[in-house]
Amino acid sequence: MNAQILLEFAINVLSMGSLYALISLGLVFVFGICKLVNYAYGEFITVSAYVLYFLGVFTGLPWLLVFLFGILAGVAVGFFSELVAFRPFRERSLDALLVTSFAVSVILQRLFQLGISPRSKAVPVPAFFNMNIQILGVITPLRNLLIIGTTVVLLTVLVLIMKYTTLGVAMRGASENFVTARLMGVPANLMISVAFIISGFLAGVVAIFWSARTGSVEPMMGGTPLLIGFIAVVIGGMHSLPGSVVGGYVYAFISNVLSLTLPSSLLSFRDAFMFAIVIAFLVLKPEGLLRGNYQEERVG
Amino acid sequence: MNNNTILQVSDLYVAYGSIQALHGVCMEVHKGELVSICGVNGAGKSTVLKAIAGVLKPRSGSIRFKGKEVAGSKPEQLHKMGMALVPEGRDIFPSLTVEENLRIGAFGRRLDKSYAADLEDLFSLFPILKERYHQAGGLLSGGEQQMLAIARGLISNPDLLMLDEPSLGLSPALVDQIFELIIELKSRNITILLVEQNAQRALGIADRAYLFSNGRIEYSGRPQELMDNVDITSVYLGGQNGGDV
Ligand SMILES: Nc1ncnc2c1ncn2[C@@H]1O[C@H](COP(=O)(O)OP(=O)(O)OP(=O)(O)O)[C@@H](O)[C@H]1O
Ligand SMILES: [Mg+2]
Repeated sequence: MNAQILLEFAINVLSMGSLYALISLGLVFVFGICKLVNYAYGEFITVSAYVLYFLGVFTGLPWLLVFLFGILAGVAVGFFSELVAFRPFRERSLDALLVTSFAVSVILQRLFQLGISPRSKAVPVPAFFNMNIQILGVITPLRNLLIIGTTVVLLTVLVLIMKYTTLGVAMRGASENFVTARLMGVPANLMISVAFIISGFLAGVVAIFWSARTGSVEPMMGGTPLLIGFIAVVIGGMHSLPGSVVGGYVYAFISNVLSLTLPSSLLSFRDAFMFAIVIAFLVLKPEGLLRGNYQEERVG
Repeated sequence: MNNNTILQVSDLYVAYGSIQALHGVCMEVHKGELVSICGVNGAGKSTVLKAIAGVLKPRSGSIRFKGKEVAGSKPEQLHKMGMALVPEGRDIFPSLTVEENLRIGAFGRRLDKSYAADLEDLFSLFPILKERYHQAGGLLSGGEQQMLAIARGLISNPDLLMLDEPSLGLSPALVDQIFELIIELKSRNITILLVEQNAQRALGIADRAYLFSNGRIEYSGRPQELMDNVDITSVYLGGQNGGDV
């Protein structure tokens, strides 16, 4: 019985943590290279979710293709938003970029509201996602295991790319010292484009599992994952890719512990407790759990 | 400008915001030369290297590299054209291994047989880098980091190697080693633009030298001519008896 509770807890933490890890990783990829906190990241997820909705409702495409196009939409919005909105302002101050990312976020939200609908739309989810699976007596929907597996695969691939390809090594160098990397011939535009493409890719994957969990998409949906990403990043460390992953899982762990231990009268204050913990992190360990090597320098 | 001139800087003005750092600098470097830039702190030595390498955009003036106007070009383009700047303070990538630091230095180059051969060649110059090949750059000592920074500049086989205070903060023995290395590079016919506060040492090995002061070139010419002027030595050149502050 105890073992079962433990297993159920582990599955909950790992599945939630996997999703959160992917969310915060997408934020930190861009931050690492550009030192930009991209407020429009939540809308990358929303764009992907809308593509899932449209293709799922209005076409008979097989699931795999729907997912693929959803992810491609995330990649495209990442790539093009950088090209159109961020690149022209990059030579200016970092503050200008921050304001730009707010603007991109709001513009996309308004576009969804006016062009699609202010109301939420039901996103079709493949039946196997919600199929219940029994492991050692614990019943859980298959999507919980799928997100864990997907995350393991994605993290492995990303680690291999960052460690063994010249592009990955250059990205790590550029996030430590952008100017020096450029002096070595690493093109600034390429680094930033790749960071936004990876960020958009992760947003696309997140959209699949996020909309499967909530079952819907609406113009403002990006806010919650963005907030989760921020919190995970504060916990794990803004300057380290592994830190952001750790932060996602730690966040899920704390959140699940709170759900289990808080008396039911306090349960509705779970988020308040979560924020208190985040503030404690900011005060006691402002660099997060994993520090990483970085220089406080903007991309010129 | 003859076709032996690899770098020609004319009337270069560079500013940091409202702070004017260079006021009309003119200088040139010929193929195979070792040219040294000396001057006290804040004279504008690093600024001129950064402007040449594309890190800083000049307000006005011209920079011609291998016959092409390059003022305002991006650092990555200039690197591709054959420039390498070994920055002041080394700026190695601390969490990357020696191998990865060198790999970034060779960015845009295929990691083929000729790369492997060049690596072996670098290891003969810097045996310590072979020993530390898989260690994080941040774990190396100051001297080793400087070796790595120079090796990272050399691995792209640059047509112009710019060194910004390579002996800064190193022990006397290591300073000797760095200067021996520069002499070795010069004997290999590598064109070098060397910024040094240790002016006596730099002038001792340079073909020509520029003396910077307050963002201007105060003197230029053969090292001997500069050193013969004792006044200048005490005021600007640092070295054993003062000025090195
Ligand atoms: N980032 C910056 N912002 C504003 N002013 C700067 C900046 N960097 C350098 N300066 C100023 O420009 C002038 C030239 O600086 P530079 O770094 O080129 O000097 P340097 O000759 O390399 O000195 P050092 O021997 O200390 O390295 C100095 O007056 C310096 O204060
Ligand atoms: Mg300097």
